[in-house]
Amino acid sequence: MIEAKGLRKYFGAHRAVEDVSFVARDGQITGLLGPNGAGKTTTLRMLYTLVRPDAGEILIDGRNAQLEPLTVRRSLGALPDARGLYKRLSARENIEYFAALHGLSRQEARSRSDALIDTLSMQDIASRRTEGFSQGERVKTAIARALVHDPRNVLLDEPTNGLDVTSTRNLREFLRALRASGRCVLLSTHLMQEVAALCDRIVIIAQGSVVADGSADELRASSGEKHLEDAFVKLIGAAAMGGDS
Amino acid sequence: MSPVLAVYIKECKESLRDKRVLINSLLLGPLIGPLLFLLMMHLVVGRELEKAEQPMQVVVIGAERAPELLDALRQQGVQALPPIADAKLAVREQRIDLALRILPDFGAAWRAGRPAQVELIYDSSRREAQGDAVRLRVLLENYSRRNGALRLLARGLSPTIATPLVIATLDTATAQARGALLFAMLPYMLMLTIFIGGLWLAIDSTAGERERHSLEPLLINPVPRDRIVLGKMLATASFSLASLVLGLSAFLMVSRYMPTAELGSSLALGPQFFALALPMLLPMVLLIAITQIFIAAFARSVREAQTYLGLAQLVPLIPSIALSVLPVKAQLWMYAVPLLGQQLAIMRWLRAESVAAVPVALSTSSTLLAAILMFLFTRRVYDSERQAIAD
Repeated sequence: MIEAKGLRKYFGAHRAVEDVSFVARDGQITGLLGPNGAGKTTTLRMLYTLVRPDAGEILIDGRNAQLEPLTVRRSLGALPDARGLYKRLSARENIEYFAALHGLSRQEARSRSDALIDTLSMQDIASRRTEGFSQGERVKTAIARALVHDPRNVLLDEPTNGLDVTSTRNLREFLRALRASGRCVLLSTHLMQEVAALCDRIVIIAQGSVVADGSADELRASSGEKHLEDAFVKLIGAAAMGGDS
Repeated sequence: MSPVLAVYIKECKESLRDKRVLINSLLLGPLIGPLLFLLMMHLVVGRELEKAEQPMQVVVIGAERAPELLDALRQQGVQALPPIADAKLAVREQRIDLALRILPDFGAAWRAGRPAQVELIYDSSRREAQGDAVRLRVLLENYSRRNGALRLLARGLSPTIATPLVIATLDTATAQARGALLFAMLPYMLMLTIFIGGLWLAIDSTAGERERHSLEPLLINPVPRDRIVLGKMLATASFSLASLVLGLSAFLMVSRYMPTAELGSSLALGPQFFALALPMLLPMVLLIAITQIFIAAFARSVREAQTYLGLAQLVPLIPSIALSVLPVKAQLWMYAVPLLGQQLAIMRWLRAESVAAVPVALSTSSTLLAAILMFLFTRRVYDSERQAIAD
C-alpha cells in the first residue's frame, strides 16, 4: 500500500508539486491522471525515493520512505520515465544485473528472470543484446528488470507510452494479473482510455495538486458529467481557473 | 553478491564487448607511450648524431683573404660554401644556418701581427644553428690560440705566459643520467597510458549512462550510491591497470630498440624498473580512475565528458614540464604531491638510482588519501538529486 500525504516539491521557482495526497491500495490499480506537466513524474519520483519531498510524508506498506529509503525500495518496483537499457547486454543480462543489485542469489535471479520472461512472452528476445530492440521489447525488458525482486508495490510512469496496440493490450493484461495477485499497482498517464480501461481508482492531478480522487463512477457523479473524458476536462479546467485567480 | 561486485562485473562485461573500449584500453593506451617515445628518441638522437658526424657547411665570404685559416678549418671537417650576396639577410630568412665573413683588412692585419677580425653570422634563437656556431667558434679559437703561441715562440717567449688559467672539466653525469634527460617524458607517458586505459569506461559508465537514460533506473535500486560509485571506479581502475601493465611491457620491448647506446648512455628500463614502477603507480591508477569518474559525472553528455577529460589528461604534463625546465633538487615534501612524487621516483629509477622507503611511502599514502577524498566528493555528487534526475 502506498500513502502520500501532503507532498510538495519545488525546483527553484518552479512549483512541480504543490499538494498531493492519496492512497493506493493493495489489489487495486490506481491511476494518476493529469495533463502534461501536472506533476505526475515528480510525484512518482518522490514515491520511489529518487527525490526528497520538501514537505509531506510517504508511507509504503506503513514504512516511512524518507527515513528508510533502502528498505522501502526493496518493496517497490518502479518503471521510470527513463527506461534506458544496457545495449551491449542481452535482455536477460539486463534483468539479472538488477536482480544482483537487489541482492538476489544467482539461482533466485535465474528463476525470477525465467518467470518474468515467460509471463511477458520474451522468450525469443531474452538472449539477444538489447541494441536495436523495438519500443515494445524495450518496455518489456525494463518492466521485467523493475519487477525482478517480486515487489509488493509497482509504480509505472506512463507505461504504455510509445507502445503499439498489441503491446499495450499485453501490458494491461500483465497489470491486471499483478492486481489479481494482490499487488498494489500505481501508474501515471495522461490518457483517458488508459484509466478507463484499467484503473479501479483515479487520482486526478492538475498544476501540482490533487483535484479529484475516486472511482470512474464517483468522478462522473461528482462532476455531473456523463462521460469520463468530460468529467476529466471539467475537473482539470476548474483547477486551472482556481490556479489563475 | 555484493552490489559493488555486481556493478564491477557488469561494467567490465559490458566494456569487454565494446570495441571502442578494447581499442583504447588494450591497444592505443599501452602503445601510444612507447611508440611516441621511440619516435621522439630517433628524431632527437638521429639529428644529434647526424650533426656531429657530418662535415659542417659554412658560407664563407672573403675566403681568398685567409687561405691558411681556410685550410686549417677544412682539416677539421668544415666545408666552405661559395659566398652569397647578403649573408645577414640570408641567415635571418633561414636560407642558411651560418656564415663566416673574413673582413677585407684581414690579410694586412694578420701580417702586421694585429688582431685580425672574422665575423660569425648566425641566429642564436635557432637551436640547430647554435650547435654549428659553437663548433665553428671553438675551431676558430683553437686556430687563434695556436697561432698566438707560435708568435710568442718566435719572439722567444713561452706560450704559457698567455695562458694564466687552464680549465679542466669533469662531467659527473653518469651514462644513465645523460640518457634520463631524454627520458624526462617517460613518466608522463605512463600517466597517459593509465589515463587512456580507463577513459572510455569512465565516460561510458557515468555520462554515457545518463545519456542513454539508464541512470535513473539504476539509482532506484536499494543500493547506497557509494557502492555504485565504488564498483564503477574499480572497473575503470582495472582497465587502467591492464593498460599500464601492457604499456610497461611495451616499454620493456621497445627499450631494446632505443638508440641510447649511440649516445653513450643507457637506461635502467629492465624488469627491475617494471617491478618498482608498477606498485608505485597503483595508487595513481585509483586516483586517476576516480578523478575521471568525478569529472565525467558533471558532464551531461558523452561528448561533453570527452572534452573535459581531454583537458584533464594534460594535467600530468605539468610536473613533467616543470621538472625538465626547472632542474630542482628533489625535496622530501615533493614526494607528497601526487603526480610529482611518482614522476621523481620514476626518473630516479630510470637512472638506476634508488629511492628510499620514506619517499615511496609518502607518495603512496598521499596519493591514496587524494583518491579517498576524490571518492568522497564523487559520492556527494551522486547523492545529489540533480545527478539523479538531470536529463
